[in-house]
Amino acid sequence: MDTPTTYFHWGFILISVPNLLVIAGMVVLFAIALVLPFPHAGEGDDVRNK
Amino acid sequence: MSATSSAEESKSWTLRLRQSIDRHLPMDHLLPDRQPYYVGSWVYVFGVVTIAALVWVVVSGVVLSFFGPQWWHDSRVGRFFNSLHFWSVQLFFIFMVLHLWGQYFMAGWRSGRAATWMIGVVIFAVSILTAFTGYLSQQNFDAQFIATNAKDAMNAAGIGAFFNVLNFGQMYGLHIMLLPIGVTILVVLHIVMVRTRGVVKPIDPEGGVRP
Repeated sequence: MDTPTTYFHWGFILISVPNLLVIAGMVVLFAIALVLPFPHAGEGDDVRNK
Repeated sequence: MSATSSAEESKSWTLRLRQSIDRHLPMDHLLPDRQPYYVGSWVYVFGVVTIAALVWVVVSGVVLSFFGPQWWHDSRVGRFFNSLHFWSVQLFFIFMVLHLWGQYFMAGWRSGRAATWMIGVVIFAVSILTAFTGYLSQQNFDAQFIATNAKDAMNAAGIGAFFNVLNFGQMYGLHIMLLPIGVTILVVLHIVMVRTRGVVKPIDPEGGVRP
């Protein structure tokens, strides 16, 4: 707990590995939300012609 | 109803307010049981999860404020609620940013929803300030470290005189009273505005907006 964390350093990008993992996890979660089928999708009101 | 009584009623601010609410926010908009077909996506769940996380933040925060710093540091139940508060804040921010990404890519500010978007931006900013005062309210060495380092930034920005990060009472008062009330009011306003206009329609693949 008291030891400093490791950092990812690439060019001008400098970020701690824990922060990088959180951001990577968020990107993965966002991508999953886009492609994962939603239960009962398409059963909502069709407002295309409204 | 006579014309006279009707004219008298129109002077009543309660009647005007009620009629305005009926006109702009009918109950079937406020508590809908069906959604448009395009809402069938997990992307729309991010905002709801953010609200759920905020509820946990407030509930755990109320418990922490009731028992105090000694309890949340020394007792096992206190440490549990301390962790509950911390991790629900992490989820609040993670899902708020995912909600932001979703709304950014679907251009959620279209068709008269600019104010809803801007209130979301303000919620984000006030939430950061709330989290910052929370870090200063922990009553541990981390809080002292953050406060003594942040004071120079506040002084450099010229706000150190009335936003004194070394003043625990001020930071704690802001964290458990003014800022959470501000976030909650803004979130309620945000939700009411979303319900008033409904969820924004998808952008047409050909470049236009669906009619």
